[in-house]
Amino acid sequence: MDLLRFITCGSVDDGKSTLIGRLLHDSAQLMEDQLAALESDSKRVGTQGQAIDFALLVDGLAAEREQGITIDVAYRFFSSATRRYIVADCPGHEQYTRNMATGASTADAAVLLVDARKGVLTQTRRHAAICKLMGVRHLLLAVNKMDLIGFDEGRFLEIAAEAEGLGIEQALPVSGLTGANVFEASADLAWFEGPTLMAALDALAPADVEDGGPLRLPVQWVNRPNQDFRGFSGQVAAGEVMRGQDVRVLPSGRTSRVARVLVGEREVERAEPGTSVTVTLTDEVECGRGSVIVGAAHPPEVADQFEASLVWLAEEELLPGRGYWLQLASQSVTATVQPPKYELGIDSGEHLAAKTLGLNAIGVVEFATDRPLVFEPYAASRTLGGFILIDKLTNATVACGMIHFALRRASNIHWQAIEVSREAHARQKGQKPCVVWLTGLSGAGKSTIANLVEKKLHALGRHSFLLDGDNVRHGLSRDLGFTEADRIENIRRVGEVARLMADAGLIVITAFISPFRAERAMVRRMLPPGEFLEVFVDAPLAEAEARDVKGLYAKARAGELKNFTGIDSPYEAPESPDLRIDTTTMSAEDAAEAIVALLLRRE
Amino acid sequence: MSRHQARPMALTHLDRLEAESIHILREVVATCRRPVFLYSIGKDSSVMLHLALKAFAPAPPPFPFLHIASGWDFQAMLAHRDAMASRYGLDLKVWHNAAAGLSPFDTPTPTYTRVMLTEALREALKAGGYDAAFGGGRRDEEKARAKERIFSFRGQGGGWDPKLQRPELWNNYNARVHAGESIRVFPLSNWTERDIWDYIAREAVPIVPLYLAAERPTVMRDGTLLMVDDPARFPGIEREEVVTRRVRFRTMGCWPLTGAMESEADSLDKVLAEMAALRTSERQGRVIDRDESASMEVKKREGYF
Repeated sequence: MDLLRFITCGSVDDGKSTLIGRLLHDSAQLMEDQLAALESDSKRVGTQGQAIDFALLVDGLAAEREQGITIDVAYRFFSSATRRYIVADCPGHEQYTRNMATGASTADAAVLLVDARKGVLTQTRRHAAICKLMGVRHLLLAVNKMDLIGFDEGRFLEIAAEAEGLGIEQALPVSGLTGANVFEASADLAWFEGPTLMAALDALAPADVEDGGPLRLPVQWVNRPNQDFRGFSGQVAAGEVMRGQDVRVLPSGRTSRVARVLVGEREVERAEPGTSVTVTLTDEVECGRGSVIVGAAHPPEVADQFEASLVWLAEEELLPGRGYWLQLASQSVTATVQPPKYELGIDSGEHLAAKTLGLNAIGVVEFATDRPLVFEPYAASRTLGGFILIDKLTNATVACGMIHFALRRASNIHWQAIEVSREAHARQKGQKPCVVWLTGLSGAGKSTIANLVEKKLHALGRHSFLLDGDNVRHGLSRDLGFTEADRIENIRRVGEVARLMADAGLIVITAFISPFRAERAMVRRMLPPGEFLEVFVDAPLAEAEARDVKGLYAKARAGELKNFTGIDSPYEAPESPDLRIDTTTMSAEDAAEAIVALLLRRE
Repeated sequence: MSRHQARPMALTHLDRLEAESIHILREVVATCRRPVFLYSIGKDSSVMLHLALKAFAPAPPPFPFLHIASGWDFQAMLAHRDAMASRYGLDLKVWHNAAAGLSPFDTPTPTYTRVMLTEALREALKAGGYDAAFGGGRRDEEKARAKERIFSFRGQGGGWDPKLQRPELWNNYNARVHAGESIRVFPLSNWTERDIWDYIAREAVPIVPLYLAAERPTVMRDGTLLMVDDPARFPGIEREEVVTRRVRFRTMGCWPLTGAMESEADSLDKVLAEMAALRTSERQGRVIDRDESASMEVKKREGYF
């Protein structure tokens, strides 16, 4: 018997849980003790009087019963006469759209429910859009609660027409409560000539497997029990892997040949797509977790810029410019995004202008990664085309993405070959370039210390330049405000300028609050190892506020200044700075001495 | 070049489940700092052990195996545990909350389970510094289990908050945790009881003999058929008639809390046939599940598996 995975989705209160309860019940999958528990639960907490409340079969969490909604996906198993099913009952509540996306990502089909009294709602459209994005191949529309509208054919046709354009394969009238047209045709729906819901599901083409095509084997883990065995373990995403086959290892691009294929401890000639295998190669090529072993003749894309659809799943909105972990197959890289190209209007289907994406928004975004990524368009491969984004500080999964294509500029804009290298620049100035990055609260004393440092370096004959927060705001970053997103962009720009100056052989001193760890780490990554020194100018908030040199804290406290670091915007102190200046015990003069000493030690 | 042409040798249902579980086991080993295998010695963890041996062959599974011993484990389970550990050279760690040492005969079941199993588990995981733990839970077991992610995120102390679970897209799992946080991983999430038995039969997975019917000493207590595993620690047994019955077990737990069923199924084939005809769920024999309707959820929130 084959297996079909489907989800039920749609708006809250459209009767999904009841319908699944009905499917489980009518397919005779329920055991006597489960039925007894259901009957007793129904009397106690059910919503159907003394009758059985089928929703209680799936809404198992206490909070769900309290609130009468589905919070998380429930996976249930049942069989028809011809096939096994795993059904994921997905929440309709907008707040839990992320859980619906979770269910949709592994589904072959979706049953989109609509309450016959309410018709197609925004959330119905959102779920249809997510199904389409996720590549769910079959979308059935179940117009539920037909019993509440007297099984009216006209209303059913009206809703089917409303749903036009959502990509529906078939519309079916049902009642989860009475069971009409779920497993059995019903006299109440005599006018309906189509199949029952169960018959429609049974008739869907079987689960899709990424068969055929060239080999795609993402390497999960290197198996190295002894000196004589070096195996690469992973699940074959597409194509077959065969002994003697010519392969290419990406992103390094080295070619080799498959020596052995193991499934468990058993050696085989070939392994089908979907199999978890361990292979050995004939050559000692560079290959590890994150590498992808592919058919030599048909490699996928390797690029560091691409466009993708994104479903934003977190309460905190997308921050363009910030680095997120991007996880695709077994690869994990740092990715930054530009402001979205557009956000998808759920009701209108229009492309809306957007600066960011909030909870549940769907948009199209361009990505840049810090290392080349091996991928395929999502339409060709769920495994190599689907990715998640992870917030680097909270570790939360904040988005899922589906890749469209590589951006050609990644391969077409080459670095201008520069005749005078950065080493030559540095040699001419007789110094080691460096970026000294002062971070700390407003009023901590960064600018004062930075100025002293530069004076001392100048006196020592060093070539330096000071980038100051306020000065940059007058020119380079004149167009930016003080929202989180704008602060990140400001730091990115300053980082790029500092890097160019370091390329020119200079010692760059910067004085920026730079409140977020992630952005300071981003600048560190822009520079060669050892050329970024993070200096934490540490002053307690109370102390900085007491000084209030520019009168800004007073304004912020009065509510006249929004997004002020330390007051209504966070400051993330460095965890391990290269130098920490305690301004309560050290004078600005001594602080500058300490920084210069640190610089001189590196020479 | 068609990506979707039919293949004559397509994987079977069990092959797919096996491949998925192995993928999950490997992901954890590749991405977590210090994983551990929760070895409860039941049929599910026996299947999971078999999968772990396959996932890392020819190397041995690169993690320790942790057994939370309540002190009331069936003797046959302990014998099986030790036999498996020595056969496969497993790094076996046994944790027992000896200080509490509660008896299920004298303590209300919820308290007993919390102290001897849940708290013991939390302590053992903390003591080992584990950031990931494999469990054999399946989504078809119970309603709260049906809501479980494959990578189940646990905060400080191991508690489960269903509202804080991470979205889990495709087979792309987020295993990143801060110090003190951990994940419970369920490689058998998509298996059903039927799949477990089919796989045990197909792969000849070694299981505790109690799963097959045999003549065993039993008494009936509160509607539950208990096996007299250790008469010396069975209060009141001298006043009861111990009857030899032909019984087997569908699940394994502490012997005073696990009901047996009368059965003639003394081979895997017969177990499969009997299963097909059964009209009760496998957890029916588990006293610990009957406390209250949301009992599994409550236990999970406290940090139970």
